[in-house]
Amino acid sequence: MSESALNLENIVVAFGALKAVDNVSMTVKRGERRAIIGPNGAGKTTLFNAITGVTRSTSGRITFEGLDISRKPAQSRARMGISRTFQITNLFPSLTVEQNMQLALRGTGSRKFSMLGSARLVSEEREQVASALALSRLATREAVEVTELSYGEQRQLEIAMALVSRPRLLLLDEPAAGLSPAERQMVTDIVRSLPKDLTVVLIEHDMELVLKLVDYVTCLNNGQMLAEGSPEEIRANQLVQDVYLGKARANA
Amino acid sequence: MMAMGPLSIWRSPLIFLAILAAIFGVLPLLISQYRMSIANEILIFALLAMSIDVLAGYAGRTSLGHGAIFGTATYVIIYWTANLGGSPWIGCLLAIAAAVLMAAAFALFAMRVSGVYFVLITLALGMIVWGVCLRWSNVTGGENGIRGSGRPDIIADPFVFYYVTLAVVLFFAFVIWRFVHSPFGLSLCGIRDSESRMRSLGYGTTLHMFLAFTITGFFSGIAGVLYAFFNNFVSPSTVELSQSVEGLLMAIVGGVGTIFGAFLGSAAIILLENVVSQYTARWPMVLGFMFIGIMIFAPQGILGALKRQATRKL
Repeated sequence: MSESALNLENIVVAFGALKAVDNVSMTVKRGERRAIIGPNGAGKTTLFNAITGVTRSTSGRITFEGLDISRKPAQSRARMGISRTFQITNLFPSLTVEQNMQLALRGTGSRKFSMLGSARLVSEEREQVASALALSRLATREAVEVTELSYGEQRQLEIAMALVSRPRLLLLDEPAAGLSPAERQMVTDIVRSLPKDLTVVLIEHDMELVLKLVDYVTCLNNGQMLAEGSPEEIRANQLVQDVYLGKARANA
Repeated sequence: MMAMGPLSIWRSPLIFLAILAAIFGVLPLLISQYRMSIANEILIFALLAMSIDVLAGYAGRTSLGHGAIFGTATYVIIYWTANLGGSPWIGCLLAIAAAVLMAAAFALFAMRVSGVYFVLITLALGMIVWGVCLRWSNVTGGENGIRGSGRPDIIADPFVFYYVTLAVVLFFAFVIWRFVHSPFGLSLCGIRDSESRMRSLGYGTTLHMFLAFTITGFFSGIAGVLYAFFNNFVSPSTVELSQSVEGLLMAIVGGVGTIFGAFLGSAAIILLENVVSQYTARWPMVLGFMFIGIMIFAPQGILGALKRQATRKL
């Protein structure tokens, strides 16, 4: 139990009659690299939203480091050390990279309530921001406004913002979506160079990228758990192949 | 964010404050007492416009309720001094406390919404305040309003009162500037840009909006107290919608998200009102054309446009 960072028990997320996530259970160990794969509409992002509190799970139990967080709002979960990136880039477009990082850094502390103090970073914070930006290969872009960044750089900033508050669980929602092959390689390198004690769960469509990066894969389909296993097992799994490559179904 | 241009002049508030202090400080020596009272009014409404600009320019929320919060403070201090015979200084505190409480009550309704819903909720709450002031006539005097008991002796002289107003308004201009450039102020910009991202970074965005709204109510309340001393009279027109609209227009004309633009917006509108109304009864039309002109040629407001020009030259 102490080894598990994240534990999901029978999670259901229903929107009216539609069960976007249907009875999913899984356990992610501390320091594990886990991928969640599945075709479009499988419920991957909805599952992320349930874990981070963006949407409440309809039923089931989510525990993070042994604490039940099922009913906690998103901001409390973030303060406990759960951090995420968004599939659709979700930054502060009218602010600079540095200001985005300031907001990301201070969300989990109490200095965000300072009303007359300077917004500038103190030296310790500056180091934290610099190291997260360096890890995300954005070190020279601090003063640039987000709208002037390339799409690839915006994806890198997504990761930098998720990392800067030193989370213990990082959820990456399609970090490489829409990127060129060279940029994908960079994202792969970034994920590889993350601290070893950080638990990482990532959603990704690119199977090659996923299978290089993770220890364990969960495959969802129609909101339900389809298969779980090591990358090799998943690659060889007949059910997964059917879902991804297509197969005449009995009821089709 | 607008206040982050490469020119250092846009980063330091002290240069602006010094310019304002010089201009408004010298004015009374050059102009008639009647014109000085117009300058006095410009200062008071600049403070109201700045309080609205915090929400409009940083949190991205357009309030149509701050006139009512401002007027609440005016009502409370005048009722306290004229009808109850209380001390004006205690009246100041009571009035500001009333404005803060009123703002907190507004905030409870408005803190979860944005966009047009925020406009509508603040509009509706302001209308309720106006309705109460109009109908609760045995307290508020209804349409006749309440005449005040005059300023305390120490600020009774128009010159003294003018300089006291100037000092108070410049001090709070500085406080507001610090406020929007603090970590808390940056969190308001974050909420404007993406509330969902803010929450997943650990910010309780509802609490931040509640605090921001209530604090801007505090600034509006100070302006309302100054206005009570200035006007010595309060009626439902002090809390009505047009008061909120005027404050908002001042912030827009000066430049939303510039704070100090409020002085320009307040001066432009109050001067136009006073000058143009001497020549034509249709002065609101002239005002309307001015707004259209500003929206077409300088949608970022006067100070916003100047700032853009200055940063472009670099």
